[in-house]
Amino acid sequence: MKYVGQAIKRKEDPRLVSGSSSFVDDLALPGMLHTAVARSIHAHARIKRIDISQAWKLAGVTAVVTGEEIAGKCGPIPVAGEIHGMKKPVMHLLAVGKVIYVGQPVAAVVASDKYIARDAADLIEIEYEPLPAVTNPEKAIEPGSPVIHEQFSDNIAYTFGFETGNTEEAFKNADVVVKERFVNQRLAPVSMETRGAVATVQAPDRELVIWSSTQIPHLLKTQLAVMVGVPEHRTRVITPEVGGGFGSKLNVYAEEGLVAYLALKTGKPVKWIEGRRENLACTIHGRDQINDVELALKKDGTILGMRAKVVADIGGYYQLLTAIIPQLTGLLAPGAYRVPTFKFDLVGAFTNKMATDAYRGAGRPEATYLIERIVDCAAQKLKMDPAEIRRKNFPQPSEFPFATSGGVVYDSANYEKALDKALQLADYAGLRKKQAEMRAQGKYMGIGLSSYVEICAMGPSVAMPAGGWESGSVRIEPTGKVTVLTGASPHGQGQETSFSQIVADEFGIGIDDVFVQHGDTARIPYGIGTFGSRATAVGGTAIYMAVQDLKAKLAGIAAHILQSSPDKIVFEDGKLIAGDADKSMTFGAAVTQAYIARNLPPGMEPGLDRTRFFEPSNFTFPFGTHVCVVEIDEETGEPKITKYVAVDDCGNVINPLLAEGQIHGGIVQGVAQALYEEVVYDENGQLLTGSLMDYALPRAHDLPMLELDRTVTPSPVNPMGVKGVGEAGTIGSTPAVVNAIVDALSPLGVTHIDMPVRPEKIWKILKGRKAS
Amino acid sequence: MLPVSLQTSFPKGMLMTQRVRITINGKLFESDVEPRLLLTDFIRGVAGLTGTHVGCETSICGACTILANGLAVKSCTMFAVQADGSDLVTIEGMAKDGQLHPLQQSFWEEHGLQCGYCTTGMIMCAHQLLARNATPTEAEIRDGLTGNLCRCTGYQNIVKAVQSASGKMRQTQNVAAGD
Amino acid sequence: MIAQHFEYTVATSLGEAVSLLQKYGDRAKLLAGGHSLVPMMKLRLASPEVLIDIGRLSELSYVMEENGALRIGALTTHHSIESSEVVGRGCRSLAEAAGEIGDIQVRNKGTIGGSVAHADPAADYPATLLAFDATIVTLGPRGERSIHASDFFVDMLTTALEPGEIVREIRIPVHSGRSGSAYLKFAQKASGFAICGVSAVVDLDGAGAISKVAVGITGVGNKAFRGAGTETALRGQQPSPGLLRSACEKAAAGVVALDDIHASAGYRLDLARIYARRALEKAVERAG
Repeated sequence: MKYVGQAIKRKEDPRLVSGSSSFVDDLALPGMLHTAVARSIHAHARIKRIDISQAWKLAGVTAVVTGEEIAGKCGPIPVAGEIHGMKKPVMHLLAVGKVIYVGQPVAAVVASDKYIARDAADLIEIEYEPLPAVTNPEKAIEPGSPVIHEQFSDNIAYTFGFETGNTEEAFKNADVVVKERFVNQRLAPVSMETRGAVATVQAPDRELVIWSSTQIPHLLKTQLAVMVGVPEHRTRVITPEVGGGFGSKLNVYAEEGLVAYLALKTGKPVKWIEGRRENLACTIHGRDQINDVELALKKDGTILGMRAKVVADIGGYYQLLTAIIPQLTGLLAPGAYRVPTFKFDLVGAFTNKMATDAYRGAGRPEATYLIERIVDCAAQKLKMDPAEIRRKNFPQPSEFPFATSGGVVYDSANYEKALDKALQLADYAGLRKKQAEMRAQGKYMGIGLSSYVEICAMGPSVAMPAGGWESGSVRIEPTGKVTVLTGASPHGQGQETSFSQIVADEFGIGIDDVFVQHGDTARIPYGIGTFGSRATAVGGTAIYMAVQDLKAKLAGIAAHILQSSPDKIVFEDGKLIAGDADKSMTFGAAVTQAYIARNLPPGMEPGLDRTRFFEPSNFTFPFGTHVCVVEIDEETGEPKITKYVAVDDCGNVINPLLAEGQIHGGIVQGVAQALYEEVVYDENGQLLTGSLMDYALPRAHDLPMLELDRTVTPSPVNPMGVKGVGEAGTIGSTPAVVNAIVDALSPLGVTHIDMPVRPEKIWKILKGRKAS
Repeated sequence: MLPVSLQTSFPKGMLMTQRVRITINGKLFESDVEPRLLLTDFIRGVAGLTGTHVGCETSICGACTILANGLAVKSCTMFAVQADGSDLVTIEGMAKDGQLHPLQQSFWEEHGLQCGYCTTGMIMCAHQLLARNATPTEAEIRDGLTGNLCRCTGYQNIVKAVQSASGKMRQTQNVAAGD
Repeated sequence: MIAQHFEYTVATSLGEAVSLLQKYGDRAKLLAGGHSLVPMMKLRLASPEVLIDIGRLSELSYVMEENGALRIGALTTHHSIESSEVVGRGCRSLAEAAGEIGDIQVRNKGTIGGSVAHADPAADYPATLLAFDATIVTLGPRGERSIHASDFFVDMLTTALEPGEIVREIRIPVHSGRSGSAYLKFAQKASGFAICGVSAVVDLDGAGAISKVAVGITGVGNKAFRGAGTETALRGQQPSPGLLRSACEKAAAGVVALDDIHASAGYRLDLARIYARRALEKAVERAG
């Protein structure tokens, strides 16, 4: 192994650090027109009248479209994630009849430049009859609430639930029951590049080409072809450089359909680039669940059972996966523990807000938060050390594969090892000592643990709404250079590098002789995309499999020529070595033979091109323990993270540089949920956090250096033993931070504090103590 | 808000445009522009230098950071007419003779970028930071980068990249001084 | 986002700026660094028909000390103030306030005159300008006026500037002898603006008693204000932790505090108390 496991600098970076890469807004096609969207200013209203006459009068405007026109010509926004019996409102690309959230597209303008398009969109007059807005998901599902989709009787989008074992019995037998309500607030993904798309109808074949900043080019292609009525084999989606997604670009949006439709309508290339305020209002949001959780335990801390009631805020309608995200919460809620009985009840609620959907972690951060918080609540009540209650309930390595009461089978783990390593790295005993000293001085210092597990490598197709496999295609060119095509569509994760590492090692060639391509449906075999920490574990495996096929073929050729047997051929240093015959030939020479095809083993086809589709048998389940230390300003309530230790286990690691980078970013995103971020709508459904002046993202000065380490427990689910790492940091970190804050305040009798834990919330608690 | 009549009284072609001359990376760009054209759009659209990005609308994210007359500024918060006669450096002007600038090199080596969208502005800001303080502490680097948002890296490797570049740039200076 | 159309004109001298302002009246706005105005225009929250660019008037960019006063040209950037040795020596809390504004890029471009004229209730400078009894010198069609900072900031986004008037200079009396000042801020997490910013100035007499004291508070109310109750309680007293603490209980007495998603009124008022004490402690320490 020459490259795998090494911290190889990324192949992607020279173009990115020099500014020469091309994001979607960097495209400038001849004759390109620009789109701007007029959006609803009401959360809930009937559209009385739309006057587009002023917009039309503006010089440079070439098209103005409204919902009436679009609804008859384009299909609705696609919904892939379905739950049995769910209500299915139809959502058109532009509003028809009524609007159900602030920012909903109502009309679109096409003009010769983006400035004119904006002017024209602002000149569209929309007359509304406001309706009462429904913003609180619990009130939304109460009888008597105004109904958002009038064809239905109420705002209950769906209900879902299951019970494993007999929870009633477990709770009856419990020594202790802890109960808490956790609000997992609504978040905005905020990739630094907003969404955007360019569509054009390309001569000579009238192929509809769409460049979109998306995580799922192939799925998008299929959906857009159906939506605008162009045959799929005349539709092509290209992802240029994608400036982050975090799940928000794992979707098919109205604006993508609009630019496709408008390109067909005008016959010109049409561009739409989302503004940041549009991004905060009209790109999917994440989380937004209310979790009522109860945990039953014996007095020694052994967990007997858990009940979780979840109200999930769907928003006004479903985007691609909206409905099923909260379901994942149920699958993972037992976390890294033996929870013998578990009852999960979920209600999805329609509200007059933007749809929620997959945001980094997607349903699993909510699960991890509720289990990691309730376990801490139990430890607090039982006066147990949080590390010990965790240790007590971990399944042992020998118990894997481990079937959980959430209904999934964990692949492999050693939770205790990661916990111990984290405690050691953080000097847990020393921290507790320091805490006691600080408490004696009246200071608030807290230590928070989170021993998370997560569901990655999504996933087996049986558990996925639109296929859980991935494609990988490897072509060795006649000159010995290797072209790799992946159906995964990385957008910052670095798979151009890590996949090159895998392929170069397997063939025994240099990493620069491998070139990884992705994100063009005309070049790449059909694939699923990059999300759910799946690119390496599923996409990488497909490539690994294709490479094995080609190695077998090359070994056959080499054995034939070197008079050895294929199983004796070793790929090393650019050579195929027949150890038994003490002979070798260069990789290039063997490749040439495959193309010249005059001296191939009998029955072997020429060429070296292989596509494989990997269907995983299961998810993978990375895990780890995070330790967060906070100190609290006893006057202002400001929490400050003074130390952060993370020990993660994502199985085998292809490139530690990339894995650590994912964990850094993930942790900071998770910390930001705990401390800063929250999408806030007022009671009228107006968005109060509509710009980055009000929606707080973490900045460079918010955190100390994170201290990382890892354990390695290979996954049995795929041949490389990898698990995935894209969401681990986000999933593991949030509860660690909140646990630390609650721990700091526990001398005051605090058992829970809701996120984001802004200083003011702590200040109120401190203030209350002083008053009493 | 302007009355509607005023907005529509500026048909394309009759708009009052103004000639601006802006030097970017040593090359002069001259164009007649609407006064409302943002400097970012001049750089990206008129000069075709698309390495300068736009990430917010409120001067928060710093993706559009460039150097204007040697000072790091957010080019989305300036009209092109304000920069008439200015000398700008964008990310495309950082590498010299095919050699990446030490900051670019360090961001690469330290894995200081993932999606790469914020990176160009981040590098331009870091350039300003190091120009004023060649040996910043970790805290000074973190404080100096508060005008640049990154959603991928958690900033850790960005901080390391700036530290590394600081070392490289001092070394180069020392070598130059020794000549 | 995209601003609405406007006419752009460059003032080549201060006099020209004044006459252009007179010519266009309230159709026009002055553009200095643009860091208050341009974002508002992009969001179409402000749509002036004419922009008069005074950003090139280098004659208005200076910091000097003259006859016991700091004179700072309106177009001096936050960075220049933050890094000015003269300011750091004579009016440290102003340098600290400048350094707390936005970020490197914003400080490179934004100007003190622009910030002061915009009068954002959460801006950093007003606390210090009030605490130092600064004077805002304006130039208008009827000539020059000197407006005391306490009269200048009238309300949220409203100043005593009359139509046609330009901020020309900020004048700050320099304290000599045993004097110290400090600016401390609790920032809104997203925007970086002050939820509470306090500037404290303390002069000590030969016996170490507080001879002069001023506390300016920004971000808390609809305009910056002086913590008069605190000042009264401290004047003539020997500074001690207990005294500072009790004096600051009244820091924001009688003020109607802002209340929004970022901080409640009650929190702002308590922050005023806490930050007043911390800023005073620092100022006392610096006064030595």
